Amino acid sequence: MALLELRNVSKLYQLGGEEIRALDDVSLDIEGGEFISIIGPSGSGKSTLMHILGCLDSPTRGTIRLDGTMIHDATARQLAAIRNRKIGFVFQFFNLLPKLNVLQNVELPMLYSGVGGRERRERALTALQAVGMDNRARHRPSQLSGGQQQRAAIARALVNNPKIIFADEPTGNLDSHTGTMILSLFHQLSAAGRTIILVTHDPEIAAVTPRRIEIRDGKIAAKIDAKLAGLDRVSPAVPQA
Amino acid sequence: MKFFNALLSGLKDVWAHKLRSMLTMLGIILGVASLVGMAAIVKGMENGMKETMVTMGGADKVLILDAQVPPEQEHLADQAPGRTLQDVYALRDSAPLIRLVSPEMSLGRSVITRGQKQVSPSECVGVWPAVLEMNLHTVAHGRFFTALDEEYAASVCVIGTGIRDELFGNPDETGKEIIPLGEVIFINEQPFTIVGMFERYESEQDRRERELAKRRPAAPANGPARARGWGRGNWAFNRKNLTVYMPLNTMWLKFRAGGDATTDVPDPRLDDIDIKVADFGQLEAALQQARNVLMFTHKGIEDFSFRTQENRVETINQQIRNARLSGGIIAGISLLVGGIGIMNIILASINERIREIGICKAIGASPETVFLQIIVEAAVIALLGAAIGVMASFGLVDLLAQISPTLNLPVITLPPIFVAVLCSIAVGLLAGVFPALKAARLNPIEALRYE
Repeated sequence: MALLELRNVSKLYQLGGEEIRALDDVSLDIEGGEFISIIGPSGSGKSTLMHILGCLDSPTRGTIRLDGTMIHDATARQLAAIRNRKIGFVFQFFNLLPKLNVLQNVELPMLYSGVGGRERRERALTALQAVGMDNRARHRPSQLSGGQQQRAAIARALVNNPKIIFADEPTGNLDSHTGTMILSLFHQLSAAGRTIILVTHDPEIAAVTPRRIEIRDGKIAAKIDAKLAGLDRVSPAVPQA
Repeated sequence: MKFFNALLSGLKDVWAHKLRSMLTMLGIILGVASLVGMAAIVKGMENGMKETMVTMGGADKVLILDAQVPPEQEHLADQAPGRTLQDVYALRDSAPLIRLVSPEMSLGRSVITRGQKQVSPSECVGVWPAVLEMNLHTVAHGRFFTALDEEYAASVCVIGTGIRDELFGNPDETGKEIIPLGEVIFINEQPFTIVGMFERYESEQDRRERELAKRRPAAPANGPARARGWGRGNWAFNRKNLTVYMPLNTMWLKFRAGGDATTDVPDPRLDDIDIKVADFGQLEAALQQARNVLMFTHKGIEDFSFRTQENRVETINQQIRNARLSGGIIAGISLLVGGIGIMNIILASINERIREIGICKAIGASPETVFLQIIVEAAVIALLGAAIGVMASFGLVDLLAQISPTLNLPVITLPPIFVAVLCSIAVGLLAGVFPALKAARLNPIEALRYE
């Protein structure tokens, strides 16, 4: 059984009386340990897909099974608990809380899942060590560079030991060198057995993942058009693991 | 644990925006301070009124008053006997439910002179010794009247300290206490020997002030000393200090038996009959008994009525209730305004943090967690405001006492503090509910996109 199973998932929006199909009858399986990229131009529905996969949103139609549980009709509270325990998010704009220091930011998900103070600290430090940020634990996000912030955000995504890590344009706000470092960090995590889903519009980044899913007009494109995606022009930025 | 964390983060947030939180709290601070201060003032008023009440003879004193005869007895009105000593004897001997009867025969428009000095007493009355217990007088110097004074209608009097102050000198001004026993004064040009003097009656407030003034060096007097009139101190105490008593029989023979200046008809009527009941719980029965006795002595003509101090107690309680209500409403409004201020600030701070809330939700904060965090923040502000407000109320009360020292000293009591703190917590929670609901219902996707 796949870790994440989508069956005939659709998401409809009402916009000025007009119905918009952001996702149209999408079916998809993702196995544990996979490293996947979801690519597509803006407006293709990839963000919608990510929100639904990431339990931030519920589909209008269709079923989703995550880790053996049906979640397509879960309440906001249940979704929050699933996001907390089974999913880690890494965002384009890092999204660290500016008033908390790095350690507190990383502790935050455990605060919501009710982990005790001492264990919280230990696990947060371990996660920070894993991304090489343990020496910056007491810094505020504003005192860090973009790459450091993103690494702290990855530590936060890892700290509750989630089944899946979602990264939404994780390198979009970084210079190419730092972006490469972050991508190699994802590769390390993938090599360590994590399931990682990387959402991007940049074919160069998508090229580094073993499996690519292209979204176009709310549907999964059957086959990646290498030329259209520009894959024929670039070589992968990071050697594949 | 969750709640404790929420509390901690609420406190942190309050601390992070010190100025803003302080301004927000101001409404609650003022509300709590005004509520507690108002309650303290009313409590002071209440104490003052009760003191006054006791000065005037206590709650168990009943006055027998003249009254119009009822309509069906209109034709008998000219035979109405009025209140006389006969009533007093009858009440004393035949009404066991009445403990004390005190007749009074007073001299209207009396002037007391000694040499060049003169004073108008608040009351110049012929009395029986029962008056001491009736009006709660204490003879501090000399003696009160004896049976012989009454029998022989001796020209003796007992005065209050106010009379002494005017005729012989005020100890506060002369620096020595004059006890004028054996001195002769003239009451409406009739010589009387002073045989006793009451203690000085004053309210707690006046006593404190006087003792304070005694310790301070007196301010240098500019120009001649001036009369200070009635403006100072509690009127009930001033009145009581300006009392002159003589034996009832003396009053009758010297001032009443020959009639007054306008008529030569002797006037045996009393000006007051005060009674005290044996058991306050049996007030109704005692009054009925007194009425039966009086109906007998008055040959069935009902030309009298009773006035109990209950009416006065009722009036006092009514006044206190009114003061409490109006003060409470004002304080309540300011608490409400404070609450609206909190809601306003929390709403603004949520709008400012929509993105943060989105992040928290994305990494697993449930709607309940967000709700709890926001509402705790509001409650923390309200609670801190209440704590500061309680402290401020002590300062406020001190300030009031400074501004208006003649006022009854405000007394801060515990119950209004509890009420104020509970009210402000309630206001804080109420103010927090709406913003907290709003935050809890935020869609995480939209919140994350919010710029």
